[in-house]
Amino acid sequence: MMDILDILISAGFWAATFRIVSPLIFGTLGELICERAGVLNLGIEGIMTMGAMSGWMWVYMGGDLWTGVMFAAFIGAMFGLLHSGFTVYLGLSQHVTGIGITLFASSLSYYIYRMLLPDATTPPKIDPFHPYPVPFLSDIPIIGEALFTQTPLTYLALILVPMVWYVLYKTPVGLAVRMAGENPMAVEAQGINVLSIRTGAVMVGSAFMAVGGAFITMSAFDAFFFGMINGRGWICVALVIFASWRPGKALIGALLFAGLDALQVRVQQTAGAVIPYQFFLMMPYVLSIVAMVIMARKASYPKALLTPFRRGERT
Amino acid sequence: MALLAFHNITKSFGPLVANDDISLSLEKGDVIALLGENGAGKTTLMNILYGHYTADTGHIEVDGKQLPSGQTDAAIKAGIGMVHQHFTLAENLTVLENIMLGTESLWSLSQKQSAAKAKLAKMSEDYGLKINPDARVADLSVGERQRVEILKALYRDARVLILDEPTAVLTPQEADSLFKTLKSLTGQGFAIIFISHKLHEILQISTRVEVLRRGKIVGSVATKDADRAMLAEMMVGRKVERPSLEAMECGKPVVRLNNVTLRDAGRKASKVPKLDQVNLTIHQHEIIGIAGVAGNGQSALADLLSGLTIPNQGTFELLDVPVTQASPSNIVHRGVGRIPEDRHSSGVVGEMALWENLISEDLRNAPVSKAGIIIDRKACVERTNALIEKFDIRCEGPDAETKLLSGGNMQKLILARALAPEPAFILANQPVRGLDEGAIAYVHEQLLAARKRGAGILLISEDLDELFSLCDRICVMYHGKLTQPFDAKSVSTSQVGLMMAGQTMGQTFDQAPDNLNAPVKEPSHAD
Repeated sequence: MMDILDILISAGFWAATFRIVSPLIFGTLGELICERAGVLNLGIEGIMTMGAMSGWMWVYMGGDLWTGVMFAAFIGAMFGLLHSGFTVYLGLSQHVTGIGITLFASSLSYYIYRMLLPDATTPPKIDPFHPYPVPFLSDIPIIGEALFTQTPLTYLALILVPMVWYVLYKTPVGLAVRMAGENPMAVEAQGINVLSIRTGAVMVGSAFMAVGGAFITMSAFDAFFFGMINGRGWICVALVIFASWRPGKALIGALLFAGLDALQVRVQQTAGAVIPYQFFLMMPYVLSIVAMVIMARKASYPKALLTPFRRGERT
Repeated sequence: MALLAFHNITKSFGPLVANDDISLSLEKGDVIALLGENGAGKTTLMNILYGHYTADTGHIEVDGKQLPSGQTDAAIKAGIGMVHQHFTLAENLTVLENIMLGTESLWSLSQKQSAAKAKLAKMSEDYGLKINPDARVADLSVGERQRVEILKALYRDARVLILDEPTAVLTPQEADSLFKTLKSLTGQGFAIIFISHKLHEILQISTRVEVLRRGKIVGSVATKDADRAMLAEMMVGRKVERPSLEAMECGKPVVRLNNVTLRDAGRKASKVPKLDQVNLTIHQHEIIGIAGVAGNGQSALADLLSGLTIPNQGTFELLDVPVTQASPSNIVHRGVGRIPEDRHSSGVVGEMALWENLISEDLRNAPVSKAGIIIDRKACVERTNALIEKFDIRCEGPDAETKLLSGGNMQKLILARALAPEPAFILANQPVRGLDEGAIAYVHEQLLAARKRGAGILLISEDLDELFSLCDRICVMYHGKLTQPFDAKSVSTSQVGLMMAGQTMGQTFDQAPDNLNAPVKEPSHAD
């Protein structure tokens, strides 16, 4: 028990938590934006893989890190456009399309990787983002090391949470996005094009997801290998429900999951001799399910989620 | 020059011509009533005006300028405002958010909430439409939501206001208050297009009536020269008389509810019961009407009586035997005929054939099935043919897909299934919703015939005219409570309307009438 307390007050634990949480924040915010507009995007797992591959490949081919992030975001937005083409314009099943996008985007990432680097046996490396200690703030004990000695993408993720909140709740376009997810007919009746709003939201959301993927290859690690997204996309989908579609709560949920993940690695080291390590690997997921069950009962989901909107059709 | 003019509007959906060469115009201060049955093309025409649909041919002019077709924002800019029949509001958002949507450039970085609130407050004052801008729409009553819809249109500086079946969901008192608002608006120079099929409202509010039938304008009269009978005939195309109730002594009880309370199955919702200590006795040869604004517990009552649920407290007795198990098939076999509220979702399976739907309540019994496991198709088709004949279902035959039937014929199919076994009790939940006059008369005749034969009938309806013309006694439902039954002759529409809004409810309910369970002498009346 004392061991766990020791871990909880150590700067290393919190630093790890904020590192683990970054891709989850990008992914969760991205999914949240899509769903707020009424479109479930199960392509997230594939789009994150694609973002991880394309951002990394951009840098490996000689681009610099920030344009790599932008390239990954652009590729993500393109997959978002593909997803909305099927679900928003053609009104096809959002579940089936999303799963299809995930399969397509993951396979395509591996294919492109192999095609461009046919001879690589050990994964080649790039020079990734380095931690950037924020002047003065990083000198604060514990907090400084935990929160202000991270890579720039982590800062970006944390800044995005209030920004997404502001846009969704304080600007006209955010109102239109939320309304499109609640009652698209209300948007149409006020003279705004529902299809454009939804497509825009899905593209922006998908770009966020891809940046989340890029974080993993360009900030957390320095190489791309198969299966490295490892279900993070699905965790993000669950976190959106956990958060009741609210950005602030999404941050809390993501921190909770990341904290548990960081904790289990450390507990493994102290108690690993007694309990098999797989048990600890499982813990964040089990606790997430428990948290989900408790939170999801109170969740108020967007009313028009999963409902396609077609103009000029008889109702 | 007319404020608004339609020129030769035609619109088809596949083979159906919804609007056929329609021309009409209106001036400031006009209240045009568009009168017509369901499917006559009223809403289609308005959706074309508002830019939801694009007309196949023809065009619309506002102040002599052509309105671009199929663009809602252009219609709004031209000063058209529409209050849709199904409100276009987002329930989880506030009144202010619903009204502000689309009023600012999408790309501005902030919203001018306080300015909007001030403008809204001034409008509320000017037009007498009180509303709390920070309330969530989900917490508003239906009447208040309609107010938000009207304010939404006025906020965008509408000069022509379209109201699509605005009173369908209102109590009579709320409707009166709406009419007052509309009168004051026309006094200030607004023009109004009012869609309805309720004749008395149209006569009350409009200056001119345009009658639509099958997509065509079949008549246009100044309201002062019009009367009910004439409008009804123009709307239907022929004289239709609804059947009337003949006096009849009621028999022994068929259904008895004693102090029935029903709660939501969910965890949180259990605070407010869906049915709250309901007492009701329905006798043979009797039609009891349930009046009430939708959502006050009528569907819970219908679920209970059709065997989908059992009470949490109290008893439900059918022919003097308590119902202890939630089993629709059981309750059907014990003599209940059910006409469900929504025939598409719970009345029939649209993708299946007529004969399959017709036998669906009788699957395990001879002659439909052999030994309860194998369906005898020949016997089923024979029965179906007999019922098609008897109930005059217009269709291609027993094998036709059910969803291809018109609303009226689909309802006949449900009537055939429910009434052919001669049930002792019939639950008729909104049995004429969405039907045209001819079909309405047919359904009413069938219910009256069942009453004559000796069935007890519960009729749930939102249409007070229907209840008053068909029922021996009427109860009102409000927030899950049921009033005592009132003799339909001894109460007025406005009294029932007040009770639907919850007024005087406490008194009437607390009186605990001692005649609840005793058969009422001569509860019937003749028109």
